[in-house]
Amino acid sequence: MSNGYVRKEMLHELPAPDGTKGIFYWLKTNLFSTPLNALATFIALYVIYKVVPPVIDFALISPAWFGENREVCATLKQGGVKPDDWFGACWPYVGANMKLFIYGRYPPDEIWRVNIVYLMFAISGACLLIPKVPYKLPNLLFMFGVFPVAAFVLLTGGHVMLDGFLVAGSFMGPSFAAFWVDFLILTCIFIALATFIARGTDSDPMPSIRMVILGMVVLAVVMAIISAPLGLEHVETEIWGGLLVTLVIAVSGIVASLPIGILLALGRRSKMPAVKMLSVMFIEFWRGVPLITVLFMSSVMLPLFLPEGVTFDKLLRALIGVTLFQSAYMAEVIRGGIQALPKGQYEGAMALGLNYWQMIQKIILPQALTLVIPGIVNTFIGLFKDTTLVLIIGLFDFLGQIQSSFSDPTWATPVQAMSGYLFAAVIYWIFCFSMSRYSIFMEQRLDTGHRN
Amino acid sequence: MAVDKGGGGVSGEVANTGTQKTAFFNDPKVRSSVIQAILIAILVYAVWSLISNTATNLSAQGKTFGFGFMQNASGFDVNQSLVEYSRESSFWRVYLVGLLNTLLVAILGIFFATLIGFSIGVARLSKNWIISKAAYCYVEAMRNIPLLLWIFIFYFGVLRLLPGKREPYGVSLDGALGYLSVGGWIAPKPIAGDLLWLTGIAIIIGIIASYFINSWATKRQMATGQQFPKGLTTLGLVVGLPIVVFLLSGLPLSFDYPKLARFGARGGMSVLPEFIALLTALTIYTSAFIAEIVRAGILAINKGQTEASYALGLRAKPTLNLVIIPQALRVIIPPLTNQFLNLTKNSSLAVAIAYPELVSIFAGTALNQSGRETEIIMITMLTYLVLSLLTSSFMNWYNNRMALVER
Repeated sequence: MSNGYVRKEMLHELPAPDGTKGIFYWLKTNLFSTPLNALATFIALYVIYKVVPPVIDFALISPAWFGENREVCATLKQGGVKPDDWFGACWPYVGANMKLFIYGRYPPDEIWRVNIVYLMFAISGACLLIPKVPYKLPNLLFMFGVFPVAAFVLLTGGHVMLDGFLVAGSFMGPSFAAFWVDFLILTCIFIALATFIARGTDSDPMPSIRMVILGMVVLAVVMAIISAPLGLEHVETEIWGGLLVTLVIAVSGIVASLPIGILLALGRRSKMPAVKMLSVMFIEFWRGVPLITVLFMSSVMLPLFLPEGVTFDKLLRALIGVTLFQSAYMAEVIRGGIQALPKGQYEGAMALGLNYWQMIQKIILPQALTLVIPGIVNTFIGLFKDTTLVLIIGLFDFLGQIQSSFSDPTWATPVQAMSGYLFAAVIYWIFCFSMSRYSIFMEQRLDTGHRN
Repeated sequence: MAVDKGGGGVSGEVANTGTQKTAFFNDPKVRSSVIQAILIAILVYAVWSLISNTATNLSAQGKTFGFGFMQNASGFDVNQSLVEYSRESSFWRVYLVGLLNTLLVAILGIFFATLIGFSIGVARLSKNWIISKAAYCYVEAMRNIPLLLWIFIFYFGVLRLLPGKREPYGVSLDGALGYLSVGGWIAPKPIAGDLLWLTGIAIIIGIIASYFINSWATKRQMATGQQFPKGLTTLGLVVGLPIVVFLLSGLPLSFDYPKLARFGARGGMSVLPEFIALLTALTIYTSAFIAEIVRAGILAINKGQTEASYALGLRAKPTLNLVIIPQALRVIIPPLTNQFLNLTKNSSLAVAIAYPELVSIFAGTALNQSGRETEIIMITMLTYLVLSLLTSSFMNWYNNRMALVER
């Protein structure tokens, strides 16, 4: 064994070789590594030069910022005050119509109600989305239990006319009391059903009966609240508009389509042929047609499908259309998550003695849903963008409200449309982009490292 | 202890083993048939009540259900049609015109979106910093803004800024590429010469011949390991041969160039501004999604594949052609087909700017004209459904063909 020389002390760090540091090196490796690359860089720079400065000029350098009417946004030739070669955005028009864009034609005196709903949604939503905030469970209960009812009452004003729905009208006239009688009958039927099923499976009927009673009591409270005269003025959905309609459709669409989507996804993987076939048919049908035809169908044909005398308002019809359409997409996303789980998870659950619903609830869904969070958020982003289509069936969502404001002669100038669309584009972009960022953040947070 | 108190089915079974048969409703077979029977009963009832309600409501409005009205004259004009059409044409003709216009915009949109999408997707992976960042910005800008807003931006925003019909903007020298104005694009109109059919036949012959040569080459390679320049032969047969025939038959294609006259451009053919706006919006919107699919597909290929290929002695180009691209395509094709489908369905948004496609003229104008909501909406939905099912069955077939066969 030879005793080689072993260095005892650390060597000094040498500076990097010449030409491997600094801005020129970065430019050389990242932009001009080959002649072809250099050419590509110049082409890209030219395209950027052609696109970016004009947009910035239009939106931030040249626009009119203050003013009362169209004069500040028009050139001399068009009857305004700007020089003839002026071309810029008309921001005072957007400012003047801001209320319209956010609330539609909601009565000005009642706007505080919309504000409360926005505020509740924003605070509760933010607390749910930020992982560090405590009290997740109460917040969740608030968001999915209290908030929908509160928002419904605040936005519409409550006063839902309740009516009998079981016993024929000839037996007992349609009235408030008839509803509660029918409600009681329904409760008894449910209790009987629960008992019957419990008997059939040889298990204790008390827990399921208790569940039924609890559910019906909660439902009764909700019904009582939405029908109670709370002194709020009734606001027709006809005059809702702007961001309000966009958010109502997007949020109720996603909340309603998630559970339906889960059921459809489970149905599609079911071993029962009839259940499987029906789920597949439902999913393939709604996925195969454009949303616009679904909206046409819900606005034109839904009234024909219903028994005579039953009418839905326009917004609700659009909501039904959007939900049916969206739940089919949601089902496919969730199916992807369920399929991605290894078989061992099912076998493990069965080996523990869990029944089907316990297995789905405790083992399968938590993992499957975590896996497909990006897909769910993508579906939601898609839905958010798709809400714009309701303007084609005559509802005034955010884009629809902007589109309709063009007919206002106070601000009619050639730059009006571009200003309005630019504003809309920025708002939609902020919403969609932040959602996609959030989904990436969540994906990284929930990544358990089990993949691969 | 496997006894739970939760009312689940397990406790009963465990407690009663040996003394009693399984409870009636715990038998999986019985339970599933009962559930399915109930489900089917509910469905039948729902469908029946739907039909009976519709029938009652229709008869209350004095209407009958039937497709006889489709033979009637439509009574309205359409400003773009690929087949002959007039006010006297039947509603079937309207349907055909709309369907062809939908297919036209869809096929062109798919072509351009794929082209741009692939370029942007590859650009996002470029080592050139500015190219990859620009591609990233393009994708994020395009896909986070609703398609309908894009259509509006191009139609009511950009195209309305073009000069009026009387002083159109010449696209290139002397309007060789036509003129642009708020009235749309007056493009040179191709006029077929006498011998153009020869070129058409050459294209067909080229495609058929390259198909046979390719399958022969694959067989030969399987048997002997000798490679055949497939790509070059295909290119020569499908593109080169028609060009040669085209030149030999004396350039049998001329253009009717539009000329500036006092009241705007004359001659040529006019491309509707609605069409331009719709096609541009569909193309850029879908291309952003395609770019992401392409990027994900290329990234999905394990680095080990490249390394293994190099270790086998393959150079960079065959590695790309024989190892990376075939595997990336397997990942790319299914979502890509989905995007094609989405583009086709999204072309229905044209109803907002009245480009005469299926939803706009058939489910819009024809519906208002005839008052037959039920029948027309049914036909429209079924049409899209058939298109989707055809595409997805093709996709499944292709998927099965390309899928990795594992033991």
